[in-house]
Parts: sequence; C-alpha cells; structure tokens
Amino acid sequence: MLTAEEKAAVTGFWGKVNVDVVGAEALGRLLVVYPWTQRFFEHFGDLSTPDAVMGNPKVKAHGKRVLDAFSEGLKHLDDLKGAFAQLSELHCDKLHVDPENFKLLGNVLVVVLARHHGGEFTPVLQADFQKVVTGVANALAHRYH
Amino acid sequence: MSLTRAERTIIVSMWSKISTQTDAIGTETLERLFSCYPQAKTYFPHFDLHAGSAQLRAHGSKVVAAVGDAVKSIDNVASALSKLSELHAYVLRVDPVNFKFLSHCLLVTLASHFPADFTADAHAAWDKFLSIVSSVLTEKYR
Repeated sequence: MLTAEEKAAVTGFWGKVNVDVVGAEALGRLLVVYPWTQRFFEHFGDLSTPDAVMGNPKVKAHGKRVLDAFSEGLKHLDDLKGAFAQLSELHCDKLHVDPENFKLLGNVLVVVLARHHGGEFTPVLQADFQKVVTGVANALAHRYH
Repeated sequence: MSLTRAERTIIVSMWSKISTQTDAIGTETLERLFSCYPQAKTYFPHFDLHAGSAQLRAHGSKVVAAVGDAVKSIDNVASALSKLSELHAYVLRVDPVNFKFLSHCLLVTLASHFPADFTADAHAAWDKFLSIVSSVLTEKYR
C-alpha cells in the first residue's frame, strides 16, 4: 500500500500531531458537518449546535479514543486488517456502524490535519494520508458480515 | 438541500478573503487533487500537470473563479453556473465522483490557508455549498 518512503513520511509527521486535540476536533466536525452521524451518539448529551458539539466533553473523550486507536494502527501499516480485526468486529456486531462513516471520518481527519499544520501538510503528504485513511476504513470494514 | 441564511453569510464573508488569493488556492487545490486522486489526471492528457505549470495555475484560477461566481449568486447557483453545467454534461462529461474529490481538496486547501476562519460551522457550510455546486454541474448529465 505505502512505500517505505511514504510510511516514513506518515509516521514522521504523526509524531508532531496532537492526537488528543485532533481526535476531539475530528469527531466533533464529523458530527457537525454530517449531522446524521449523530445517530450513534444520542447518549452523549447536548449536540444541538456546533458549539455544543465541539465543547461536549463526551465528544472530546471519544474523539481522543478513536484517534488513539488510529495512532496504534499507524504502527502496523503493513497489516491494517490484522491490527483492526477486533475493532472491525465490534463496529459490526455491537455498534452497527455503516462503514461509510469510516470514510467520512477519514476525510474530516485530513481536513483537521490541514487546518492544524498548514503548508506543512503538502499535497504529497495529504496523498499519503488519504491512502492511510482509506486503508484504515477498509480494515475496519473487513470483518463485516 | 439549500443553504440557511447563516451558512450563506459564512460563505460570502470567507469568500472576501479567498478572493485575494484565487491563484494560490486554485493551484493548490488542483495539485492536491492530482496527487491524491491520480485518476482525475485522465481528464487532462493535454496538460502539463507538474507543480508550477502555467496550465495548472490558469486552470486552478478558472475553477476558483467559477466557485466565486456561484458565491456571488448564492441565492441562485443553478442560474449562475448554467453554462458550466451544460459544458460538463455535453462536452467534458467528467464522472460525478470527481466533484467529490475536487470539493474535498478545496476544503483541505481552505482549512490549510484559513485555519482560524475555517471553524466547524464554516466547514459544514462550505461542504454543503460545494455539494450544491457539484449537483448543479451534474444536473444535466442525463
């Protein structure tokens, strides 16, 4: 999927990413930009306005959790399907999440990385990340049945 | 799907900043498109698509100018882009999936250039607006 050079670029850049902040922002923006995704989070409390969503402590905590899992996956770029096997089963069997949502979140994550890193998030680096988020989305969908 | 008054305000006000950098925004959007979605290059066999190419810059400007036309007629995007809609339907026939790719790359470029302005509300408004633009450009396809 990624060449050695691309993997190095991705992991090198990831070292500079504030996973807590980016995770919270990415999940928040998913819920604001694509409000139908709120269907999975009705138990999170107030999601009534963009400010409410972005400030919601459960959204922030969950966003961090999601991105921590993503970070862990970045250590296994050669075997994303293996790395995300259990999470895939969880999202299918217990959470009943349409895998389309993984693609939406992946693209929101890319936008958030661009917002935080500006010119450093070059077109080439974005291309590498698009491959990674696609790989992660596919891995999370892989065990669906 | 149509824009709320608040969404229109956000887009028009951000546009006043974007319009001072249309060349840079346009060029970067296309560079991102062709890096991330190389299949989009199939529509440009006649272009030099290398970074810095004059054709890339000219075309990027054109694309952003068209978005600007839509912003200026935000209450009637279909009318503002009617000719472009016909061009895409009868001449260019770009597969509709590419409008999603281009829209995403424009959002990434805006986020990168205007981090403070590109709030969650702004992100939502622009995503919705570009989705409307894309619909208008494909509405005559069949």
